[in-house]
Amino acid sequence: MTVHQPLEFFVDPSRCIGCQSCVQACSECDTHRGESMIHLEFIDRGHSVQTVPMVCMHCEQPTCAEVCPADAIKRTADGVVQSARKPRCIACGNCVMACPFGVPELYIDRAIMMKCDMCYDRTSVGKRPMCATVCPSQALFFGTREQIEAIRPQSMPTNRFRFGEQVITTRVSVMVPRAPAPAPLLDVTAAMDERPANRTVRLNVIGAIDPLPDPFAEVEV
Amino acid sequence: MAKIPVDELAITRAYGPHVSAKIRGAPGEEPERLVKTHCCFCGQQCGIQLKVRNEQVIGFEPWEEFPFNRGMLCPKGVKRYLQGSHPDRLLTALARDPSQSSGFRPIAYDEAIAKVAREIERLQETHGHGSVGVLGGASLTTEKTYLLGKFARVCLKTPFIDYNGRLCMVSAGAANKKAFGIDRTTNPWADMIGTEVIWLAGSNVAECSPITTNYVWQARERGAKVIVQDPRITPIARTCDLYLPVRPGRDAALFAGVLQLMIDNGWIDRDFIEAHTVGFDEVAKYCREWTPARTADVTGVPERSLRKAAELWGQAKSSFFFHARGIEHHSNGVQNALGTINLVLASGRLGKPNCGYGTIVGQANGQGGREHGMKCDQLPGWREITNPDHRKYIAGVWDIEEKDLPGPGVDAYELFRKIDAGEIKGLVSICFNPKVSLPDSDFVTRALEKLEFYVAIDFFLNDTARHADVVLPGSLHEEDEGTVTQVEGRVIKVNKAVECPGDARQDWRIVQDIARALGRPKGFTFDDPRAIFEELRVASKGGVADYSGITYEKIERQMGVFWPCYAEDPRTGKASPDHEGTPRLFAPDSYNPVAKGAGRFYFPDGKARFNVADYRTPADDVDEAYPLFLTTGRVVSQFLSGTQTRRIGPLVSQYPEPRIELHPRLAQKLGIADGEWTTCETRRGTITLKAMVVTTIRPDTIFIPYHWAGEKSANRLTVAAQDPISKIPQYKVCACRVRKADGAPSYASVLEPQQ
Ligand code: SF4
Ligand code: SF4
Ligand code: SF4
Repeated sequence: MTVHQPLEFFVDPSRCIGCQSCVQACSECDTHRGESMIHLEFIDRGHSVQTVPMVCMHCEQPTCAEVCPADAIKRTADGVVQSARKPRCIACGNCVMACPFGVPELYIDRAIMMKCDMCYDRTSVGKRPMCATVCPSQALFFGTREQIEAIRPQSMPTNRFRFGEQVITTRVSVMVPRAPAPAPLLDVTAAMDERPANRTVRLNVIGAIDPLPDPFAEVEV
Repeated sequence: MAKIPVDELAITRAYGPHVSAKIRGAPGEEPERLVKTHCCFCGQQCGIQLKVRNEQVIGFEPWEEFPFNRGMLCPKGVKRYLQGSHPDRLLTALARDPSQSSGFRPIAYDEAIAKVAREIERLQETHGHGSVGVLGGASLTTEKTYLLGKFARVCLKTPFIDYNGRLCMVSAGAANKKAFGIDRTTNPWADMIGTEVIWLAGSNVAECSPITTNYVWQARERGAKVIVQDPRITPIARTCDLYLPVRPGRDAALFAGVLQLMIDNGWIDRDFIEAHTVGFDEVAKYCREWTPARTADVTGVPERSLRKAAELWGQAKSSFFFHARGIEHHSNGVQNALGTINLVLASGRLGKPNCGYGTIVGQANGQGGREHGMKCDQLPGWREITNPDHRKYIAGVWDIEEKDLPGPGVDAYELFRKIDAGEIKGLVSICFNPKVSLPDSDFVTRALEKLEFYVAIDFFLNDTARHADVVLPGSLHEEDEGTVTQVEGRVIKVNKAVECPGDARQDWRIVQDIARALGRPKGFTFDDPRAIFEELRVASKGGVADYSGITYEKIERQMGVFWPCYAEDPRTGKASPDHEGTPRLFAPDSYNPVAKGAGRFYFPDGKARFNVADYRTPADDVDEAYPLFLTTGRVVSQFLSGTQTRRIGPLVSQYPEPRIELHPRLAQKLGIADGEWTTCETRRGTITLKAMVVTTIRPDTIFIPYHWAGEKSANRLTVAAQDPISKIPQYKVCACRVRKADGAPSYASVLEPQQ
């Protein structure tokens, strides 16, 4: 059982719509015991609808495995970094602290670390992982490099990341825009006329500069 | 009579909503079989495979071959299977019984049916056939909607039937019919890939029709520019190329202003307009009033953005226009939809692979459910109940005298007004939860309390069914088969995975059981949904929504059939068993039986109609006492009135309670912090919810999702103003005021069982 080599995982956070379908589907994968291994981050809901899905990046040299005192984390020959092995894991949480992507999680109740294993039960028999299959925006995509290059001309995959001194190469790639992307819309008021038309008259005191007149100053509340 | 006999919390304890007993199927539990079917929720109707073991649905497996969604699902689809084997599932019929702490007592199914027949008979004998009304729903299969329309008119002989599609699609339907003569989205979604511009008006695609997102993003990869018109920065708007932050209720003005700019700049297709349309001059005349300055003033969208919209839309070679409830849920809903159609017709971009127009349906069978006679003014095949030829044809199919076929009834809201006025005294409802879903729910509740007899068919005791005298246990989606028509106009087949548990049975059986008990079984002796579908094929034949060439086998073979699909080639009259359907409407060489070769559109002259799309200020607009706009809508993890989704644990956890979205500027002015209890008042009602302070909404507008009942119901606030043509209620705007709450609401201390 190995993950068919040409099949790769590509993450494009710019597509994510925060629907949590990935989170809900992840818990359905048999190896995940009803838990969801994917993290969906709301960057700052107060100021944006941007969300970012985080799967295990499946590092070539997994930091989590390197710091594990019990040697409980194995990377299979096809490059998938597995969840902790039950008999070995002592639930020390070293991996949780060390992973630069914040992926592993400790389940105190069952005294074990579990993390995204790329739905090994599915991918090792030729199926796509649950999250990438259901993702309605295809922010999570599982397929060949040729496929992603054909369907995503605006961005390119990258799998090298630098954290301070540490450079990490991963099996999972993140899509990076080829051209600078336009700034995302964060505040509705930026798309509205700043000056209220014919609705209020504001007399500024000379010298006092009001750079951002509030168009809703006249809304009685 | 129909007053709830005990307190609501007591009923809730007995009948829910509770969350599903399971979180998921047990690990390693191998299914005995996989059943290819569709999701039971929204109008996208994603293909899905249900895992079945021991007559229970234990999980799902993506169905990657189904061409629309290719395995993609939103969280509702992923967790839909948890509605099966649910503790709240109705396994017996219920009769109201005030002596019970839950207000109901289980009774034998036959006894319940006999009681229903007795009461209907009594009411109709005393007060006439029209004293009983029927309410249906657009989540039912097309077979059931067809049967229900027939049941009301032939068995109950009442004109009063309508359905909850009245709250969903009717503005778009009416506009489509006025402009094109046919009511369907024009192209398959795959046609979007390669288009230059996509304009999404009032459509929170990411949350309400999530699968469409991938099509939009994929079109963007190929260079499409995306325009989003919405008072909120929805996830699809976050990175769009042009965002139009329209003030709620001003959409028709925006469309007129943009069309004027297109005309001024010569960005219209004069040849197309000349050859294929009528009515442009009146529209152009109307638009002249809509100068950029005035349009900007009315809509709250800056002039520069209006100009940009005209430029993007006007100069494109290919384009798609989509709209949804955001512009349709208005007392001006039909005009808003007509405004979009004018932009499309003026561009001449229709009937080609990368050019289309469509309304994104909301309910599972929003499309099929509005075609075959569940609407108050309609007969199968999109026929009109007032048209003598149409009446004669359907009377023939139903083997009744034309004179015995009732005339048009009234829309669902008017039906409640008739209940309130005492004209309608009995109600049969299925697949509709008006107490949560209709506006001004206090009024709806008062009306329900006036009913002399109310029978509800449902699989869970929904909030409205709590008022019922008798509840009949119906079927879940996975317990029956039949067709539905999804967002693209593709007729697909829902397949049965398991049998109905306990005394529950398929809805079409229940309807036929009532007909039999009434001693009026003629025409209600179908053995299975296939038999109903065969009659529907005949009944729809020759109508605009012609299904005559569709068979269950063809649906399976082609993975769906786009209607119209003709049993006989309309050009030659010869049998055409291999007609594959009509994926794309209005192609240059297309032939339709209305135009008979005169043109592409479904009118005798073959030409599309421009209609003046007149802007009117919304009913219940803001004023000094109520200075803010309230708009309502969905969240991705819940569906409609929540009868199903408020019972599915993982979906409840994703977004447990409604919140009031407001902009930080407004919040600051009101002294409200994120997460604080906040009270919203309108002229109808008051509710208190937690605040959600976000920069992604206009500062003069607040948003509340509508999926919850009781004290948390957004529809206590909304206004019952309706569009004069489509009768859709104006959910998307009303005037409100907001303040910091005096304290936590009383409901906060009494947790419902699912929390
Ligand atoms: S929690 Fe388990 S897997 Fe992680 S480092 Fe500790 S022993 Fe290793
Ligand atoms: S399923 Fe896809 S779009 Fe939805 S939250 Fe996950 S990554 Fe984002
Ligand atoms: S709710 Fe709609 S988008 Fe979600 S899975 Fe069901 S059909 Fe698909």
